[in-house]
Amino acid sequence: MAAETLVPSSADEAVQLFGDGTDLTVFAGGTILMPEIAAGRLKPTRALLLHRSGLDKLRTDGDVVRIGAMVPVAALAGGPDGPLARFAQQVADLEVRGAATVGGNLCASPGLGSQRGDLGAPLIALGARVRSAGKGGERTEPVEDFLAGDRAGRLVLELEYDKPFGSWSAQTLRRRHAHSYAIANVAICSTGDGLRVGISGIGPTAVRARAVEQSRNAEDVLKDVDPVDDAVASADYRRKMLIVLVGRALDEVGSS
Amino acid sequence: MTLIVNGVEHEISSPSLTALLHVLREELEIMSPKAGCQQGGCGTCTVLVDGEPRRSCLTPLATVEGATITTLEGLGQAEELSPVQAAFHNRYAAQCGFCTPGMIVAATALIERKGGAVDRDEVLDALGGHYCRCTGYVKIVDAVMAASRGEVEPVADLPAPEEGEPDVLVKGSPA
Repeated sequence: MAAETLVPSSADEAVQLFGDGTDLTVFAGGTILMPEIAAGRLKPTRALLLHRSGLDKLRTDGDVVRIGAMVPVAALAGGPDGPLARFAQQVADLEVRGAATVGGNLCASPGLGSQRGDLGAPLIALGARVRSAGKGGERTEPVEDFLAGDRAGRLVLELEYDKPFGSWSAQTLRRRHAHSYAIANVAICSTGDGLRVGISGIGPTAVRARAVEQSRNAEDVLKDVDPVDDAVASADYRRKMLIVLVGRALDEVGSS
Repeated sequence: MTLIVNGVEHEISSPSLTALLHVLREELEIMSPKAGCQQGGCGTCTVLVDGEPRRSCLTPLATVEGATITTLEGLGQAEELSPVQAAFHNRYAAQCGFCTPGMIVAATALIERKGGAVDRDEVLDALGGHYCRCTGYVKIVDAVMAASRGEVEPVADLPAPEEGEPDVLVKGSPA
């Protein structure tokens, strides 16, 4: 049976149609869901398509950068240089970046044998906040808190972070292959208020490495991060390489 | 809903979550976009959606309602190849031909975007998601760079289409 498709024409209508997200498949760019449908692993009965919802605005309000959930990864890749642009440039290939969205990247669950959601690391390092809707209404929270919660019950509306974000470093380990997922990603921003360290590509969601922020010791990354084994790399290799990548990032922001 | 494909408006009846790839191939019988990996990872289903290169296997039909779609068939004809098609022909950039439709569509978009000569790194970036399992990459990249510089000789030796061959096919395509 063909799925019922809902195509809201505004953010308010999208929030209303989403409700608490029960029995609903949300399509942003479709780059993760369409292969699932092609392989027969996903058979949506109700689909919410956000391409006409007006959530694709990317703008700067004074010192706050606001990124709609439907902003394509390509727009971030071509934006001002910084940790978010650097990681966006490494997502898949040119055509996929044109369709894939920042909201979809944030909500992506792990694939078969690989981790997703690379952009979580730079967003955590930037101190980004997520505005989302769902059960209990709208709320705004830090990216790391959003990722630790029940993402399936939330509809991401917008991300925001403050400028300036200080000195920064973006470290990644991956194969030279457009479609290979990352082995490990480390992003650090350093401001007068201290360090913010985001890690992605090593488990089901990106995480904030608070122990490293306090100690500035790369080996402490393993206090907050528990890498997984998958088809891309072993947990053991990830643990060893994370310490190297965090060390390089701390050197680059002048905090080691 | 309607789609404009290669300048022709079509009324579409496929379900709204059908991949654009299957709408093109199965409903409209436009065969140049190939069903390769169907995971967005090989590039051969690439088409232009309102001028932007997209994976048609990753594109739900509902998201392109009213859009203008261009496939390889819309770029040139057997009698009058586009500059990129002619460069691929003259410089032996097609071997088995399976990746060729996506390569040519993406390369055409790159040259359009840059508005002139492109260098090797720009081609590698634009075609980075396109796989040639014959590994004919050197000639493909050379052909794209030559086309972007306007260095394409007219194609004179294409054989005439065979009797009964559908005219949507580019001669020599495996479609």
